Amino acid sequence: MVAAGAVAPASSALAGPTLDKIKAAGSFSCGVPTGIPGFAQPDSAGKYAGFDIDVCRALSAAIFGDPEKVKYVPLTAQQRFTALQSGEVDILSNNTTWTLTRDTDLGLNFGPVVFYDGQGFMVPKKLNVKSAKELNGATICVAPGTTTELNLADYFRANKMEYKPVVIEKVDEIFAAFFAGRCDVMTGDGSALGAQRIGRASNPDDYVVLPERISKEPLAPVVRHGDDQWHDIVDWAVYALMQGEESGITQANLDDMLKSDDPGIKRMLGVTPGMGKALGLEENWAYNEIKAVGNYGEIFERNLGTGSPLKFDRGLNALWTKGGLIYAMPIR
Amino acid sequence: MTTGEASLGITPSRPAPWRDAKIRGIAYQVIFVAAVVGFIAFIVHNTLGNIGRQNIATGFGFLHREAGFGIGESLIAYSPADTYARAFLVGLTNTLHVAALGIVFATILGTVMGLARLSSNWLVAKLARVYVETFRNIPLALQLFFWWGLLNKMAPGPREAWQILPDVFVSNRGIIYPVPQANPAYGWVAAALCIGVVVAIGFGRWAKQRQAATGQQYPTGWIALALVIGLPGVVFLGFGAPLALDVPVLKGFNFSGGDVMSPEFAALLMGLVIYTGTFIAEIVRAGILAVSWGQSEAAMALGLRSGQRMRLVVLPQALRVIVPPMTSQYLSLTKDSSLAVIIGFPDLVSVANTTMNQTGQAIEGIAMIMAVYLFISLAISLAMNLYNRAVALVER
Repeated sequence: MVAAGAVAPASSALAGPTLDKIKAAGSFSCGVPTGIPGFAQPDSAGKYAGFDIDVCRALSAAIFGDPEKVKYVPLTAQQRFTALQSGEVDILSNNTTWTLTRDTDLGLNFGPVVFYDGQGFMVPKKLNVKSAKELNGATICVAPGTTTELNLADYFRANKMEYKPVVIEKVDEIFAAFFAGRCDVMTGDGSALGAQRIGRASNPDDYVVLPERISKEPLAPVVRHGDDQWHDIVDWAVYALMQGEESGITQANLDDMLKSDDPGIKRMLGVTPGMGKALGLEENWAYNEIKAVGNYGEIFERNLGTGSPLKFDRGLNALWTKGGLIYAMPIR
Repeated sequence: MTTGEASLGITPSRPAPWRDAKIRGIAYQVIFVAAVVGFIAFIVHNTLGNIGRQNIATGFGFLHREAGFGIGESLIAYSPADTYARAFLVGLTNTLHVAALGIVFATILGTVMGLARLSSNWLVAKLARVYVETFRNIPLALQLFFWWGLLNKMAPGPREAWQILPDVFVSNRGIIYPVPQANPAYGWVAAALCIGVVVAIGFGRWAKQRQAATGQQYPTGWIALALVIGLPGVVFLGFGAPLALDVPVLKGFNFSGGDVMSPEFAALLMGLVIYTGTFIAEIVRAGILAVSWGQSEAAMALGLRSGQRMRLVVLPQALRVIVPPMTSQYLSLTKDSSLAVIIGFPDLVSVANTTMNQTGQAIEGIAMIMAVYLFISLAISLAMNLYNRAVALVER
């Protein structure tokens, strides 16, 4: 175990070795958040569940035909990039915003955006704040090592306002501090604020998420530079989930869809072979994914939407055909 | 030896090189050094190779780029428009700030508690013992969480702050207290204080020489007190005793005016002082017990009063036992201050962590943290070693 871990970083930089390594090990490790309701949270049995988790489960199903071949490594915002760079994890599914410097300086590659988000502010209702423009002089809780920390500084500079940041690395701690009243304002991705308000506040109605979104936060899975094949697999594993929704393939009708006459569906589900080989996977890779976790829409509704306590709207995360931004590249 | 052997006419045959202890010793050392150097070279080469293949940026150029993130508290002016280097400096001054205050207060608390444990008063001795045994046996990280949680959860919001003294408030934003408004008089008072201290030390030396030469004694203590307190006092009164205070007032979200000690800083300082104080208490107690009772008896026989006995006979001998372990405690306290990360005080490590995350240059960041702690530790060591030399027993 220890020896394998130590050798991994050295070998991971060669062309296409990640898949070989993963297949030899029989599992891969996935860096996930330490606890955001709906995205990644251990359930009562200690098993991780959530939107970020399902992305990894889908990937596992595409590679092994089994969604359980994943080792989850909870990582804070500050730890995650080093963990990926050093080979401690093979992929981050960690609510990570895609930015230029992360893509270049940090030596990372981003997969397709799985959640379009924007930074917001949450305040206690009793403060009577209606807009982010009224936050001059506020004490603001923010997780360090995030884009939100930088956007916060930008926003207050642009609007010539002052603030006092309180930064704590652990997501649990920073939200606990906010709900205990250490800060006037909590800032973060709108989705995370909404999720924590429902999942953690003793009385969610005492808090309100302000309407402004001060940034674009495209959240995407991340892999490291130097292994294009692995990057491709992550890309297409995610696109298959989105295409599944677009083509109307669900967990329930999956087996019926195998009999479909649509050449696109036949290609994707491996009835017409070729796609799997191109990726270095089994031909039924996409079939296995949807069988394990459902299509993108099903994953969203189960963890964040109508099937969850969070009740998020699809909004930007609806299919492009329904006015959203979710758009799979053609699987052919 | 050689002459003796020569005279006997026996030439000892040199042993084979691999049997010669001296040659073998040198060979082992060469192999060891080569192995260490080779290992380091391998690690550096391997790291650089991996970083290069993954296209991760290297070098310290990032220090000149704009940091872009805010820092909650700072002794020097800082804004997100400043560079990473400046942010790093803010973290460093915060670390030094808490470490310096921590060392001073831990020494005071530890000395008091160490003396209390030796007290003949049963209650005082037992209370001191309970303090030492409790706080040195609970991990520091837990203590920090405890103090921080106490300040965070128990204290009310700023609009319902507790007023513990006139114009001094406690809320979950920290301890807010008034500070004197800037006035040129304070500069002169500080100057007078410095002069007072220097003159008092000079006078003390002169009085000691005088006593050694003539046996004549002066009330050194009283004269020093008059110089150190009286001189600045006279200057202060001379300027008309300006006492205008910058008083905190509740405005908008928070207090403005006055000065704030944040809950993070207060919790960190409290944790470090109380934890390290226990070890210092034991060191002080051990140091005093190390001076045999015969020394005190001899001092009594010479007719020294109890204060003189402690100051002139027991303490100088106790200090040489106390100072070396005390140095270790000061070093520990400084390094323990990096636990600030867990409660969100923006110390060096916290700022460096954020920097590493934004720039992706973990190796440079860690190297800088290591270099800074090494430098601080060596500086403390050096100062304490010099002091140790001054108090060490001079053997005649």
